[in-house]
Amino acid sequence: MAARFDKLFHFHGGLRLPGHKDQSTAMAVVPARVPPRLILPLHQHIGQPAEALVQPGDRVLKGQLIGRAEGYVSAAVHASSSGRVVEVAERPVPHPSGLTALCVVIETDGLEQWRQRDEPVADYRTLDPSELRNRIRDAGIVGLGGAGFPTFVKMNPGAGHAIELLVINGAECEPYISCDDMLMRERPADIVAGMAILRHAIGARECVIAVEDNKPEATAALRREVQAAGDATVQVVTVPTRYPTGGEKQLIKVLTGREVPSQGLPADIGVVCHNVGTAAAVYRNVLDNEPLVSRFITVTGAGVAQPRNLEVLVGTPIADLVEQCGGYTDAADRLVMGGPMMGFALPDDALPVVKTTNCILVASRDELPPPQAAMPCIRCGECVQVCPADLLPQQLYWYAHSKDFDKTQDYHLFDCIECGCCAQVCPSHIPLVQYYRFAKTEIWAQERERRHADQARRRHEFRLARLEREKQEREQRLRERRKGAPQDTKKAAIQAALERAKAKKAAVGNESVAQADAGEPSTSAADAADKPDSKENA
Amino acid sequence: MEFHTYSSPHLPAHSDVGVVMRRVLYALVPGALAYWWFFGWGVLINLALCVSVAVGAEAVMLQLRGRAAGRFLADGSAVVTGALLGLALPPLTPWWIPVVAVLFAIVVAKQLYGGLGYNPFNPAMVGYVVVLISFPRELSLWASPVGIGAHTLNLAQTLQLVFANHFPAGLNWDAVTSATPLDAVKIGRGLDKTMSEIGSAPVFGDYGGIGWEWVNLWYLVGGVWLLRERVIRWQIPAGMLGALFLMALAFYLNSPDRFPSPLFHMFSGATMLGAFFIATDPVSASTTNRGRLIYGAGIGVLVYVIRTWGGYPEGVAFAVLLMNMAAPTIDYYSRPRVFGQTGE
Repeated sequence: MAARFDKLFHFHGGLRLPGHKDQSTAMAVVPARVPPRLILPLHQHIGQPAEALVQPGDRVLKGQLIGRAEGYVSAAVHASSSGRVVEVAERPVPHPSGLTALCVVIETDGLEQWRQRDEPVADYRTLDPSELRNRIRDAGIVGLGGAGFPTFVKMNPGAGHAIELLVINGAECEPYISCDDMLMRERPADIVAGMAILRHAIGARECVIAVEDNKPEATAALRREVQAAGDATVQVVTVPTRYPTGGEKQLIKVLTGREVPSQGLPADIGVVCHNVGTAAAVYRNVLDNEPLVSRFITVTGAGVAQPRNLEVLVGTPIADLVEQCGGYTDAADRLVMGGPMMGFALPDDALPVVKTTNCILVASRDELPPPQAAMPCIRCGECVQVCPADLLPQQLYWYAHSKDFDKTQDYHLFDCIECGCCAQVCPSHIPLVQYYRFAKTEIWAQERERRHADQARRRHEFRLARLEREKQEREQRLRERRKGAPQDTKKAAIQAALERAKAKKAAVGNESVAQADAGEPSTSAADAADKPDSKENA
Repeated sequence: MEFHTYSSPHLPAHSDVGVVMRRVLYALVPGALAYWWFFGWGVLINLALCVSVAVGAEAVMLQLRGRAAGRFLADGSAVVTGALLGLALPPLTPWWIPVVAVLFAIVVAKQLYGGLGYNPFNPAMVGYVVVLISFPRELSLWASPVGIGAHTLNLAQTLQLVFANHFPAGLNWDAVTSATPLDAVKIGRGLDKTMSEIGSAPVFGDYGGIGWEWVNLWYLVGGVWLLRERVIRWQIPAGMLGALFLMALAFYLNSPDRFPSPLFHMFSGATMLGAFFIATDPVSASTTNRGRLIYGAGIGVLVYVIRTWGGYPEGVAFAVLLMNMAAPTIDYYSRPRVFGQTGE
């Protein structure tokens, strides 16, 4: 068993990037202070936004549910500290396109008063997997590596997916970010315990914690912890430092040599992958009954006086964190949430950090210079050499540029993980990833439109059929009344009812027959689409 | 506090088109010096003429097309096109030959197709082929290399010859030019001579032609440096040289008296210049890894075919242009397997 990960594999492409991680790992992690105001977006995850449960004026306690998960793929949001709700409104949130989202703003009272907490579970093994999933769902735990996919969904791979291997991802491959590194150094026990819970929930036979070889302290700390537990089916494996090894698919390839199917999930090959931060959050939830209200965040770059890691309440404004790191230096020029490869630039520091924020990078002009003017693509193919998804970025660019979206899909646009390697090596400085995101959103928009159009058409046809049916029924009734002869009214009424039922059945079963009817007032598809589903499609 | 927002990735750029082109130029230096050493001042005159006309034509065309002339001139691609033509054309050729070739390359083959990145054909080779077909006589007059006893002209004499078509007293074309080794092979084979008869001519050296073998060797050195610097990738040169070598080897082993040795092919004419500097022009070449190998191999095969059975002694330019045409198709059929794909 121990020999299992002796041989590692490698994925195509990728880059060796300068790490810049030491800047922020010198100081121990301390809790950041409670900010005067917390801004909690109700959409901090992949999936449906949560539904607000509080109103301005409400007093909330730390850990209190303020946003209920809506639908299956969604996540709950909790108050990260106690205080009073002052606003529930659309506000700018950290988003690549600078979008707004519904946010709950809490004026904190500094008391950090917890909500009533149930007795902690002494032994998670007494809980069955579905119970565990529900707890994690209620705790609002999402993937803390950056994507923010609701964790409980990943804990339910579904029938037909026997999970062999649980991978705990501590690769943390992007430059500057060190929050996972610090978490592994300082809370290895939480990670290992969280891993055991996740494993119990999915029934994985083996576990591996993967750490890039530029984090020896973290590896050592985890190894000590795992050795203490003495479980031979858990291993800590160091993987070569190479961006983007921390990508789920890339990491699984490195560890197992197997590839997650294109457009598929790791569960398809019997693997589930969680970030180390997620594992720690799961542990704290299950054992300490804490929902996800705080996380480790790296505040770094030449733009902050004392780069370091802090344990931050979700919803803390960025300006507050920078202040606690000695404030801005004169060199501060750019504000990036996440790392320099996949993070997105923020316009101002009043924005809050969210569950998926791993790093606040305040960079100088030297570190992250403004982009150079793009030149035409010279088809040098350097992007092909570094693409970890084995795509042809130059062709994707060509077709995205000319808005030939069918072609972009032929060239597997949706296998692009947006790691940015291609744009990084492009000698023509083309913002390639931006083109791919553009193409993806255009395709999504087109699909949405098509779905809407289809739905509108179906409703329109149904409405026409209904009108036709009603007309016939009216005429039928009229005819019967004209006949007038009330020989046997009871019998006639039964007969009429039978006929009506028959007509109705025919009309429903034959929607398409009742096409346009010149006699009816015309109904535009848009009209029909405005009506709620339940009315017409019931 | 407010900040600028730009799209990710945010790190400083790894590379730059200008840097790439400059490295190509550096890599040409050893071969160009060897060429000058063996074939005289005409080489440098060609280079100077071609590069300056190329840059001038590029500037005018960018101006006419309303493009930022400064930014696009700084990319250095016009200089590379000029330099390649300067090194491809015969030294001592009248001045208007390089001018016509360069103008056609830059104006028609490059800028009229949309400029950098949009030309389907290698501009330098288009310019070369235009003058090769239009002015066959001028293109067949190659200066004799030093070391075979022919007369060599000094700088002033060369300038007079190139710009004024004026020979020093007592000299004429026959005195300063001679058949290239590839010419000699072509003519000799046409006369049914054996390779040993052909090889006894003074232009032949140890394994290629005198001078040519050194020029090719130094281009090879420059090319290897480009590979090491990752300016070019190995597939195209390996494909071209490999295919040329194997073709030559097969025929040579079959009848060594009728076909020159593979080594001769490798170190003659524009083999090394073509393999590392011309065929590797990224814009007009194939861009997938497998495609580049096929593309290079296609050039290698065509070079051998043209040299051996075609109408011209050298075939690099034609081979490159023919494969340029095939590049989009090759790209289409050589797409790599995408991560996680299990057979289509």
